[in-house]
Amino acid sequence: MSPHLVLRVVAKMLIPLIALFAFYVQFHGDFGPGGGFQAGVILAAGIILYALVFGIDAAKKAVPPSWIRIGMSFGVLLYGGTGVATWMLGGNFLDYTQFAPESTHAAGQHWGIFAVELGVFCTVTCAMLAIFYAFGSRTPELSDEDW
Amino acid sequence: MHFSPIFILDFGLMAMLLVVAFAVVRIRSLFAIVMLQGVYSLLSAAWFVSLDAVDVAFTEAAVGAGISTVLMLGAMLLTDRQAKPIPVHQKMGPFLVVVVAGLAMFYAIGDMPAYGDALSPANAYIGAEYIEATKREIFIPNVVTAVLASYRGYDTFGETVVIFMAGLGVLLLLGLNGNAGKWRAKPNGHNIGEGAPTPARNPVENEPKPVAKSTKAKRTAKKTVGVKS
Repeated sequence: MSPHLVLRVVAKMLIPLIALFAFYVQFHGDFGPGGGFQAGVILAAGIILYALVFGIDAAKKAVPPSWIRIGMSFGVLLYGGTGVATWMLGGNFLDYTQFAPESTHAAGQHWGIFAVELGVFCTVTCAMLAIFYAFGSRTPELSDEDW
Repeated sequence: MHFSPIFILDFGLMAMLLVVAFAVVRIRSLFAIVMLQGVYSLLSAAWFVSLDAVDVAFTEAAVGAGISTVLMLGAMLLTDRQAKPIPVHQKMGPFLVVVVAGLAMFYAIGDMPAYGDALSPANAYIGAEYIEATKREIFIPNVVTAVLASYRGYDTFGETVVIFMAGLGVLLLLGLNGNAGKWRAKPNGHNIGEGAPTPARNPVENEPKPVAKSTKAKRTAKKTVGVKS
């Protein structure tokens, strides 16, 4: 892949912006369009771009497969755990008002939505990367006529 | 009929979608088809933006044009570069299905509510309640997030688990490292998997095939992928 100098330079400039945009979409999802799912897919797309341009081994050094296994499960556990936490506080499953029942501006809802969106973000990013790693690790190096 | 800029934009996007769809059907090069599917997703995303469905457009652009294009490319590299031409008599069945389904949709157009109709079922009953209650109960401006994460938290939990299961299924079948190079296959004649050749369960599969039997060799290679994954 060494001949693709322009691709490498442009990708290196774009990947941090893609990651930043993913986090913007994630944490600004209450106010603008987007949320955990979109942010997760955007972050995964950034890492996949890195893998496409610099090789899948470099990507596996940056985001090791062991993180992916943990992240995928952590996201679902965080979402489910938020529900269990509301149970423990005496409410229904995923009844976020229990986090701050006295709040006049629904702070409990904000915390609950923040937690579950973070869970969705973790699971989606890691699941997308898992599928890409699973397929990409089997793919031969791209020969030049494939581009 | 009035020709506002939005109308012309929608018309142009729809026309481009139609052209891309026909191109996908006609082209034989799988690489071009995968790329055109990405173009199709991006055009749909642009159209969703013009319909004010920004959240959907976001997802379509990221998933349809980004991730699925890459996954299709990965799958294509493992199989073949060209689609086999299909004889006309095998195309008649699918064509009939498409025509019947298309006619049914044209028949249903009459029942569609007008764009932005406040009295349409989607906007009138529970939709209006959500829009009204979000301001009062959740205090966030984006009603879509409020519905997804709070009012319909159960459904989103289910979706998250579905995505988790999809990733888990792929990992169980293929492994994160593609079995770490412990397998070999020869799609299109070139070798995949740099690791040392494993002792083959069926020695015939690893024998070098003569060039004349290339189609058979390809079939065997595909079988190898299936057997050893």
